[in-house]
Amino acid sequence: MGGIAISHYLILSSIILTLGVFGIFLNRKNVIIILMSIELILLSVNINLVAFSAYLGDLVGQVFALFILTVAAGEAAIGLAILVVYFRNRGSIAVEDIKMMRG
Amino acid sequence: MSSPIFPDLIPVIPEILIAIFSMFLLILGVFLREKLAEPLIRYGSLITIFVAFIILIVLPEGEALTFGNSFINNEFCIYMKALVLISSAASILMAREFLHMHQMDRFEFYILILLAVLGMFMMISANDFIALYLGLELQSLSLYVLASFQRESTRSAEAGLKYFILGALASGLFLYGVTLIYGFTGNINFNFLYSFFGDPEFTVPIGVIVGLVLIIGALAFKISAAPFHMWAPDVYQGAPTPVTAFFSVAPKIAAIALIIRVMIVPFGNLGEQWQQIIIFISIASMVLGAFAAINQTNIKRLMAYSSIGHIGYALMGLAVAAGPITSYAKDGIQAMLVYITIYLFMSLGTFACILCMKRGDRMVEEISGLSGLSKNNPVMAGVLTVLMFSMAGIPPLAGFFGKLYIFQAAIQSGLVGLAVIGVLTSVVGAFYYLRIVKIIYFEDAEEKFDRPIAPELRGVLLVSGLFIVLFIFIPTPIISLAEVAALALFPG
Repeated sequence: MGGIAISHYLILSSIILTLGVFGIFLNRKNVIIILMSIELILLSVNINLVAFSAYLGDLVGQVFALFILTVAAGEAAIGLAILVVYFRNRGSIAVEDIKMMRG
Repeated sequence: MSSPIFPDLIPVIPEILIAIFSMFLLILGVFLREKLAEPLIRYGSLITIFVAFIILIVLPEGEALTFGNSFINNEFCIYMKALVLISSAASILMAREFLHMHQMDRFEFYILILLAVLGMFMMISANDFIALYLGLELQSLSLYVLASFQRESTRSAEAGLKYFILGALASGLFLYGVTLIYGFTGNINFNFLYSFFGDPEFTVPIGVIVGLVLIIGALAFKISAAPFHMWAPDVYQGAPTPVTAFFSVAPKIAAIALIIRVMIVPFGNLGEQWQQIIIFISIASMVLGAFAAINQTNIKRLMAYSSIGHIGYALMGLAVAAGPITSYAKDGIQAMLVYITIYLFMSLGTFACILCMKRGDRMVEEISGLSGLSKNNPVMAGVLTVLMFSMAGIPPLAGFFGKLYIFQAAIQSGLVGLAVIGVLTSVVGAFYYLRIVKIIYFEDAEEKFDRPIAPELRGVLLVSGLFIVLFIFIPTPIISLAEVAALALFPG
């Protein structure tokens, strides 16, 4: 009893991952919320990596987490840039408006 | 052996070259006037691709590991990289006229393609999951921007946005899978994982299975295999046509190379675990590619479903490679490589035709726009007919042989049911390819398409048409190269 075991970290990260995935699919309002959900997914990955890294006593997981943080920043920048282009054309960033092409 | 401080740089020369050239061209483009920059950087990027191609062929033979075993170069990587270079050079050539016509001839287009190619190279050569992730992201981020390159078009922006959201989701799930693999094995190096899973004492923990499933799902997304294909039709339709042409070849080939390497090298000893998943994905893609394309009226959307179907056939080779017998596995991979090589030429040729479809400086994307092409432009009609017959898999064209090798490999290894489903879906698929041929030859002529056709498009049409027709006479070079490449995956 007592103390924080590896399983606690894994449960936390899986909860955050689920929140992120549901945030993408259930959200009907705003694309910004989708971008936030993507960040949540990446953060859950980082929690997992750092927890495993500490548990295994191996540094690779933490190095990987640093790389993911860096790439996530680039990804957010590009996502926002595409969103700006979309907003200029459409005048809206509501999720239900993103359906010009269907088939 | 190389020390960690001074890694052996020889296997990485093509990547270093592309990285330096793309950054140099970017700086050059910023300082030059816009009118001057675009043609100069177009030539610059073509030269870069050409030089990288030459270096790739003269690299020393055999397997080379460097950067602390996180980067590998062998015949398989070289084969796939050569295909990527051919397809991106063709895409750059085909793009010129379209970009000019739509006032999108900005030099960034070519830089983005070069960066995407660099990412693909990293993906193909990755030998651990960090290198793989970085390559994948470099490629994906460039592709998101390329998809929304036509900034004034709502469709293009929407395509970019959809691609970005779903692509980022797939990357996230991929990473989650990798963390589980890391947690349960303690390592992310492909060779380490191969021997780790190969231990006869090893029983597969549930965490590794979950991780493996997540990784396969994300890779299936990147090759747009069903049931992870939902982005492909929208992105293909919305993105500017030269970008769609690029999407349908280079990233697909790189992602196929990636899925082969990830399945065969780290998870090669878990074949029993992933064979069923790959078989399911393969069947789902073939069926979806055959049936969903029937109702399409937009030719780019049709090509998206067609490429989903082709990916299904190619994955059949990977399903064969999951089996325990190495010689069958090698045949499966070889058939898969031949298939995607042929697919590359068919797809490039078809997109060259689609880029020729314009009236009064407006692109025609409806399939009905092709009606009566045989009277207006018999040569283009002939080439397009050959391409469609080849896609449908009608002998003696190249597409038939691609399917033949795949089905042979599947039957040889006992996956007869899979091969039968493949034959049935290709019969269904023949329907919509032949419908295009019917529209070309047996419907009343519409207004003519604009002439003359740009010389680059004519060149691509000629090369791909010749390749498709002549493959039956000289298949040996491609088949033996594919064999060497497939052998490099199965050492010993």
